[in-house]
Amino acid sequence: MAATDLWSPVHIYGGFMKRAGFSTRWLPILLLLPQLSIILIFFYWPAAHAVKSSFYLQDPFGFGETFVGMKNYTALLKSSAYLRSAQFTVIFTLIVTMLSLSLALLLAVKADKVIKGAKTYRTLLMWVYAVAPPVAGVIGLVLFDQSWGPLKDFFGLFGWDFRLGVTYFDTAFAMVVVSVWKQLPVNFIFFLSGLQSIPKSVREAALIDNRSATGRFWDVTFPLLAPTAFFLLIINITYALFDTFGIIDTLAKGEPSNNPMTLVYRVYVDGFRGNDLGGSSAQSVVLMVLVLALTVFQFRMVERRIHYT
Amino acid sequence: MQISDIAIQIDRVTRAFDRNRALDEVSVPIRAGEFTVLLGPSGCGKSTLLRLIAGLDTQTDGTILIEGQDMRGTPPGARGLSMVFQSYALFPHLSVRQNILFGLAVRKTSRAVQAERLKRVAEMMGLGPLLDRKPSQLSGGQQQRVALARAVISDRPICLMDEPLSNLDAKLRADMRVELRSIQKQLGLTVVYVTHDQVEAMTMADRIIVMNGGRIEQVGIPEAIYARPETTFTASFIGTPPMNLFPASALFSGPANLTVGIRPEDLHLTDAGPRADLVGVEYLGADRLVAGQINGTPFVLRQPAQSPTPRDRFHIGWSQTAMNAFDATTGKRLHDFDFSSLSPNQKDFDHETA
Ligand SMILES: Nc1ncnc2c1ncn2[C@@H]1O[C@H](COP(=O)(O)OP(=O)(O)O)[C@@H](O)[C@H]1O
Ligand SMILES: [Mg+2]
Repeated sequence: MAATDLWSPVHIYGGFMKRAGFSTRWLPILLLLPQLSIILIFFYWPAAHAVKSSFYLQDPFGFGETFVGMKNYTALLKSSAYLRSAQFTVIFTLIVTMLSLSLALLLAVKADKVIKGAKTYRTLLMWVYAVAPPVAGVIGLVLFDQSWGPLKDFFGLFGWDFRLGVTYFDTAFAMVVVSVWKQLPVNFIFFLSGLQSIPKSVREAALIDNRSATGRFWDVTFPLLAPTAFFLLIINITYALFDTFGIIDTLAKGEPSNNPMTLVYRVYVDGFRGNDLGGSSAQSVVLMVLVLALTVFQFRMVERRIHYT
Repeated sequence: MQISDIAIQIDRVTRAFDRNRALDEVSVPIRAGEFTVLLGPSGCGKSTLLRLIAGLDTQTDGTILIEGQDMRGTPPGARGLSMVFQSYALFPHLSVRQNILFGLAVRKTSRAVQAERLKRVAEMMGLGPLLDRKPSQLSGGQQQRVALARAVISDRPICLMDEPLSNLDAKLRADMRVELRSIQKQLGLTVVYVTHDQVEAMTMADRIIVMNGGRIEQVGIPEAIYARPETTFTASFIGTPPMNLFPASALFSGPANLTVGIRPEDLHLTDAGPRADLVGVEYLGADRLVAGQINGTPFVLRQPAQSPTPRDRFHIGWSQTAMNAFDATTGKRLHDFDFSSLSPNQKDFDHETA
């Protein structure tokens, strides 16, 4: 069954209940108006505006603009700084996604063993982890703080002269660690509830047929977690691409020039620091296309197979 | 009985949970090649016992031997048994074929052997055309067969089943009872089968273990369980409707501490005998059930449908051999109780020897 059928009114009411209907055409439109206008004002209008300005060259002091066609885009492809950011973004996204997914899965499997069946523990753990993400982010930043963060001294013990915001690799390292650290709890919760929703009897059936715990994990547990894992994969890619803005901003400490940055951060830097609104708009259009592609891919996959019911 | 006849030996096994004891010092042998049914009301500890045998749970105390080996610490996969779950527990991401072959594939059985066994089992269960489907594309009955096939194909000598038919409709259940039994005979499997349905137990079992409240009430062949219940619990659990239990004082001017059990079909209408009041009549086609009461003790009498319906007041009779004597305090059967020592409590009562 396609995922959408599940939520159609006919499905939910099983066809027994009359479908609720509006007698006039204007009431539903009126009711939708607030939501629609929010979407229009805060999404479509800026998006359209960005597409438009990506074809113009803005005067840095705000005195008019000149149409330049695709020049902003071709300039992007020629800019080595932009390409370096693109490359960093790809690597950063891959590492953050893989690390936060695999670590969370590992933790969830361990936690699942411990709290098997104990509802109160589960709820408590969920609570802690539900509260945690912003706090974790702050703690991560504190740990890496150049002047008084303990990690700098710790790395020093191994002869690693850790310089946040100065050495390219060190900054990138901190960005990855803090980003993973912040996303772990979310992934953990989803994996854990995914694990807990695997029927007990299915696990036990596997237990009777297969003596090896690793074998059982790869033959039964992991395939049954695949829908969760796929959903998280998309969420994590989106997170690494877009939602790490704050972390990168804090760690780069307003010294963007020689520090690594993701494409999203560069939109901000070029647009608001460099006052290149046209180029920055072109960059955000590129990102919009990326999001669109990701969304289409997700819908295709969800329709294709990754659910079993 | 020789040791080798016993597939599973349960020895003083206790399973205590935080608040209750699901099993309390249970001991029973389960014979090889037999169809043994664990029968009892819901919550009496049947599943708990089965899961202990499977190794999915660990007993608080006591020993479980399989083929003479102490199973403590042996994981489920190494106990030489298969299991059919009430919910079927099929792997939703695998096809029917992969589900059935799961165990063999894990144990790296050769492709040829897999194919040959799959063919045989699929034929036996009528699953041939369904092999490439996913479990979600099957009906309940078909899923049930897949679960069964998965257990049977493993060629393990012991098969545990926990209410495997309870999710099927009545017709299918009746068919599967026959089929299950014939598969068990054909393969010589030792089956331990959990159910709360006495019809299943009666029709399928070589031997029934009646359980109640974490203890075993009686072990025996179906005929013995029905004809000579060892406790008032078994007497009132087996049979539809179950055995009537009268305080002896309702029928005799005898000892106070005695319960007399008589099956509904062993009671009949007479002109003389203890007098009963009519409560209701239920027509079943071939039979009629007559509900009555004697001195406040309710009972049921089964009579052929063509015999006359009793009036508001009627007399009942029974043959002396139909009586079962139980200790009223402990509920235990009193073997060799001499009923002739009792005298009827009504003048017009005379013993019938029909
Ligand atoms: N995991 C458990 N934790 C606590 N009590 C349990 C657990 N499993 C079973 N019980 C209790 O043990 C008793 C026997 O349960 P069970 O063996 O499932 O009964 P049956 O299968 O005969 O219906 C019940 O009272 C049940 O509530
Ligand atoms: Mg049960």
